[in-house]
Amino acid sequence: MAVRKSLSGNEAVAYAMKQINPDVMPAFPITPSTELPQFVSSYIANGEMDTEFIPVESEHSAMSAAIGAEAAGARTMTATSSAGLALMWEMLYVAASNRLPIALALVNRALSGPLNINCEHSDSMGARDSGWIQIYAEDNQEAYDNFIQAYRIAEHKDVMLPIMICQDGFIISHGVSNIELLEDETVKAFVGAYHPKHYLLNADEPMAVGPYAVSCYGMEAKRAQAQGMMHAKQVILDVAEEFEKISGRKYGFYEGYQLEDAEYAIVAIGSACGTTKDAVDELRKAGKRVGLLKVRVFRPFPGKELADALKGCKAIAVMDRCESFSANGGPLAAELSAALFQAKSQAEVIKIVYGLNGRDYTVTEAKQLFADLEEIAANGRQETEEYRYIGLRE
Amino acid sequence: MSQNSFKEIPAGHTSMPFGSYKEIQERPDRLAPGHRLCAGCGGTIAVRNVLKALHPGDKAVVGNATGCLEVSTFTYPYTAYEDSYIHNAFENAGATLSGVETAYHALKKKGRIKEEYKFITFGGDGGTYDIGFQSLSGAMERGHDMVYVCYDNGAYMNTGIQRSSATPMYADTTTTPVGKKSNGKPQGRKDLAAIMAAHNIPYVAQTTFIGNMMDLYQKSEKAIYTKGPAFLNIMAPCPRGWRYDAPEIIRICKMAVETCYWPLFEVTDGTWKLSYRPKEKLPLEEFLKLQGRFKHLFLPGNEYLIEAFQAEVDRRWEELLQRCGL
Repeated sequence: MAVRKSLSGNEAVAYAMKQINPDVMPAFPITPSTELPQFVSSYIANGEMDTEFIPVESEHSAMSAAIGAEAAGARTMTATSSAGLALMWEMLYVAASNRLPIALALVNRALSGPLNINCEHSDSMGARDSGWIQIYAEDNQEAYDNFIQAYRIAEHKDVMLPIMICQDGFIISHGVSNIELLEDETVKAFVGAYHPKHYLLNADEPMAVGPYAVSCYGMEAKRAQAQGMMHAKQVILDVAEEFEKISGRKYGFYEGYQLEDAEYAIVAIGSACGTTKDAVDELRKAGKRVGLLKVRVFRPFPGKELADALKGCKAIAVMDRCESFSANGGPLAAELSAALFQAKSQAEVIKIVYGLNGRDYTVTEAKQLFADLEEIAANGRQETEEYRYIGLRE
Repeated sequence: MSQNSFKEIPAGHTSMPFGSYKEIQERPDRLAPGHRLCAGCGGTIAVRNVLKALHPGDKAVVGNATGCLEVSTFTYPYTAYEDSYIHNAFENAGATLSGVETAYHALKKKGRIKEEYKFITFGGDGGTYDIGFQSLSGAMERGHDMVYVCYDNGAYMNTGIQRSSATPMYADTTTTPVGKKSNGKPQGRKDLAAIMAAHNIPYVAQTTFIGNMMDLYQKSEKAIYTKGPAFLNIMAPCPRGWRYDAPEIIRICKMAVETCYWPLFEVTDGTWKLSYRPKEKLPLEEFLKLQGRFKHLFLPGNEYLIEAFQAEVDRRWEELLQRCGL
């Protein structure tokens, strides 16, 4: 029997951590992910989980210790936000290259500067090419469900890559909502025990991790790693299908909301999708053919599938909650535009940057955006800038 | 210095069963030959001999910061280590091995491994005194049951002899080059062993390659078999960086100790103990004159530099004697 509770996103993910009970968690506090190591520490202190917690002195050491622990044969997790992820940067690449299926609960927050503690995707988007699988949540339920699925994806023998389970800082992490939790035994059976094939503490087979590779080997290592990311696509779908059987909740690379017959679509990641859904509902009542494409999986990037889901659209707004400073829009817009081009899409595309440093994104803005898309579809794209901001004070 | 002097003043008291000198020497090497380190590399001597202090049959995971040692001993697809080994990055050997050690306890607790393991990590002075200092401090403070071994060759040798905070004063390095307006490194070296002792960990020791290596073996064995964190600082000369003929290494180590530039001591549960006191403290020139990196100190008019260096060595030696209650 599923259990209904009112929990914040952090409480929900911490609950998933308790149910999975990994072997090791090195972590360092940073707003807004701080509660995760706090909750885990309390669970350990009260004997509700027996994970070994390492109170490291920095996020760099958190990821370094996570690499050591996972390489040693322990199922390992950590949690961080913003500057914490930035401090891990170097080691994110090493974790992926070593094919270590570490799970990281990321609570998305703006990178400095200015120093700001609120939601933005600049942290995880900056790490988008580090070799980690990235899965994003719209709300607390999804953050919980995604974390339950994390190790099944990461530890799959055809994948063996680290995974980042992302939720929007404060909006999800500190916002309380009703969610449905799975039974402990159900989670335990679903996640299963971890039996790595090769590990440092295998007495029968000493191994060496983290070599220096000269030019005649390094490129093959990268290609093999890329293959793991390619395999992750099918594994993510397979795990989602199995998860549906225990939860009744359906997941994939994306969620289409009123998208099937939509002519105008907003594409977004995270909590902005809930806001957009409200706008879609209102406009649908007024007979507008509008819809939302919520991107759940950003790495591996399901470009073909996303383009396919948008194939009936005349105009599309692609929303990035981070600034790439590329003078060309954000990363989702750039990658999806390329995918639409490959799919020979004729749709007009506008690139949007919104919600920086925790700036609110409102239903009114979403409705205006849909109106703009309708206008663009009718009269052509009149944009004077390569991409536009919404919610910016003039 | 004769081997006898070590018999008179042996390295720190220990109740652990040291092997005989012969028995230790006959232990199989756990760092296999065929690695790519320079002939006469002090780092190699440090690693081989520290690992020989592991009791035969005991298992270990060896860690390593990025540096000469790592790129030369684990060049894919070859490893020179008989034991499990992990290299992660330059600045995180302490944190990395603390993760391995914690995994060991987690898996042991759950009955998933039965064997006993020891955890030993190696870093050069760049990866230990400087970029990896925070990671080392954190690992020691948290009390992981591991040994951090610094093979201190007093500069960033892997990248081409740049100064570190372990570089001695006036040394000629590629970022403190001697020139018309420079006498080499302006600062003295950081006293890392004292800083580690200030962490109040169970065991800290400083040593180098002296005599029959018993000081190194004994301190290594004590570090490995003491429960909790231990730190070993091993002066490991680098023929390229220090500019001397490779066979001179043993004389240089001896002079470093006899001039009190590199004193041998250990700190056990907070108690400082001098491992060796020269009968007659030799002038610092006896150490300096063997190395090209100090050549400029012997030019006419530079006597004041040697005097200043000598004064600093004297001050630190007196301070050490006080700490040891001598």
